[in-house]
Amino acid sequence: MKYIDEFQDPELARRLLDEIRATVTRPWALMEVCGGQTHTIIRHGIDQLLPPEVELIHGPGCPVCVTPLEVIDKALEIASRPGVIFCSFGDMLRVPGTDRDLFQVRGQGGDVRVVYSPLDALRIAEQNPDREVVFFGIGFETTAPPNAMTVHQARKLGIRNFSLLVSHVRVPPAIEAIMRSPDCRVQGFLAAGHVCSVMGTAEYPELAARHRVPIVVTGFEPLDILEGVRRTVLQLERGEHTVDNAYPRAVLPGGNPAARAMLDDVFEVTDRAWRGIGVIPDSGWRLSERYREHDAEHRFSVEGIDTREPAECRSGEVLQGLLKPHECEAFGTTCTPRSPLGATMVSSEGACAAYYLYRRLDLGTPSPKSPAADSAALEGSSVV
Amino acid sequence: MRDTPGAQAPDMLAWTCPAPLRDQPRVVMGHGGGGALSAELVEHVFAPAFGGPALSVTTDAATVELGGARLAFSTDSFVVRPLFFPGGSIGDLAVNGTVNDLAMSGARAAYLSCGFILEEGVETDVVTRVAQALGAAARAAGVQVATGDTKVVEAGHGDGIYINTSGIGLIPPGVDLRPQRVVPGDVVIVSGPVGVHGVAIMSVREGLEFGVEIESDCAALGGLVEAMLAVTPDLHVLRDPTRGGLAASLNEIAAASGTGIVVQERAVPVPAPVANACAVLGLDPMYVANEGKLVAFVPRAQADAVLAAMRAHPLGAGAAVIGEAVEAHPGMVVARTGLGGTRVVDMPLGEQLPRIC
Repeated sequence: MKYIDEFQDPELARRLLDEIRATVTRPWALMEVCGGQTHTIIRHGIDQLLPPEVELIHGPGCPVCVTPLEVIDKALEIASRPGVIFCSFGDMLRVPGTDRDLFQVRGQGGDVRVVYSPLDALRIAEQNPDREVVFFGIGFETTAPPNAMTVHQARKLGIRNFSLLVSHVRVPPAIEAIMRSPDCRVQGFLAAGHVCSVMGTAEYPELAARHRVPIVVTGFEPLDILEGVRRTVLQLERGEHTVDNAYPRAVLPGGNPAARAMLDDVFEVTDRAWRGIGVIPDSGWRLSERYREHDAEHRFSVEGIDTREPAECRSGEVLQGLLKPHECEAFGTTCTPRSPLGATMVSSEGACAAYYLYRRLDLGTPSPKSPAADSAALEGSSVV
Repeated sequence: MRDTPGAQAPDMLAWTCPAPLRDQPRVVMGHGGGGALSAELVEHVFAPAFGGPALSVTTDAATVELGGARLAFSTDSFVVRPLFFPGGSIGDLAVNGTVNDLAMSGARAAYLSCGFILEEGVETDVVTRVAQALGAAARAAGVQVATGDTKVVEAGHGDGIYINTSGIGLIPPGVDLRPQRVVPGDVVIVSGPVGVHGVAIMSVREGLEFGVEIESDCAALGGLVEAMLAVTPDLHVLRDPTRGGLAASLNEIAAASGTGIVVQERAVPVPAPVANACAVLGLDPMYVANEGKLVAFVPRAQADAVLAAMRAHPLGAGAAVIGEAVEAHPGMVVARTGLGGTRVVDMPLGEQLPRIC
């Protein structure tokens, strides 16, 4: 815990905040790319502590949020089939598809299992040779390498009943798309540290130069965020726009060569739809031809799915930084974590969820009536 | 559902679906998670069906009068996996869970009932070991198992062993523990480090290793509560923060009392291995289950004495003041973060889910 505490030290935070205040002379709009950073910012109240000139805009970097509804619906369809064991990280289970989520599929008899590593799913496939085991492979450059390695292993071990439902996305094309938007207000980026720990920083200098924006690779603890903000503001005040690494304890310029080699072996770059945003060219990965037999979309016929996004959900604008979560009319009224309209409200990294969970007091959002006040005497199972 | 501040009755008009559980035509795991979904099931299904003057839905045990005596009466079911875990077993839990629910009314448990639901095929040796653990825990808690029942279900219809226990105990005169007694100014004390049981179970159930073995804090709290009541019978409310963790208990108390609660985040004791495990999994220790901890709301004038009495007891050695009840933001729990910001501490919806990355 000492290690984590060091990156939450109030005294060091105060010094960084003082430096930011002393540096800033005019308003700046910065985008933190990663949903994990958004949650750190809101959970620790960092946005309340920054000087008013520094505005943090929340970016599209929540893997759960950007997974298209069509892919969620495909997952629900596959997971419902007899003979299938559908494995996923926990936070995908509550994400709403068109008319249900994976928890409800499990409640209806589907074999949906939470795993902590894709290799656990591969082990399940090994132990259940008469079943089809599908792993839900979503996420950014951070989660793509272990998923790639799992497919690689499946092929090497000859485990044929294992497949991946792939919806991996890449950050640099998303930054490009945000900067090209005519409504874009972003003047500097806090790049996602974990993504860069895999990919390195080589993809960013050209983006920074062409769009004249500083890009500062930033970690996830409160002091990491403050240091990222400090360095970005410093560049903006000086009129600079370079790539700077404020997360050197995790990010090397060349990233993780072994992970990148695994990505190159198993995946190929493809256009990919982002939920709420639309198709961004070259922004995703799919399994390459050599691994097609482990592609769940190839293995299961999941055509003809009727996908319907709730009309009033504005998560796309939230993901592009065009709208703050509480500026959406549905926020906290028709859209809550209990009955979310979009993934940004249900994901553990979603910006809407962060605002709802941590910031309702300041936003004047209705407090949820807590029926749980009445729960205790009739408690159900004590699972833990 | 449109959330309504301060409402005490179900806001049925705002529901868009006439079904009793909107969007949930079937039970999902979250309905047993101790959070908002569990509460919804109780509020909309069980309470309307059972409703009677003795039914308590705001405390861990019902208070009933019988022959001039005030009794605490409670029941709980246990479906933990695995059956044995570091620091305890389903047998210990089945005793301590119900004993603690009674203790939260100020009662020392006197008698327990014990129902076993066994799955066909479970080894009798395992049943024996669980029964012995249950018996030992009962003796340690000073409670007698007075009656019991056994059922067997077909293979594949259970998880080896489920146990239900019910218990009764006498509430001492002058003791009246209810969330409605909480008033602004009350001091919030937790009896020790939080999140230990949940992480201990997770580490064995999911095969996760966090460097050091984390043992469950499973324990019977009757003795600790007696020590607290010996200082003053004027405790306002006690709650054992089991499923849903500290966050769920504080939210329940805030909602039922109509006061706000402010927690100093850095004052909440979280052992390093628990904090590290939670950091890895993306979980918040405030939401992780405990089995041998309590949270107390104490009048400010008595807080120091109660804290001292708790620290003098082995199960309260790590007791700490973590916050207070306030007039501001009624019904809501707010944390002051280590950096000086504030955040809402929400009621958990169902179970916490480990994040993707």
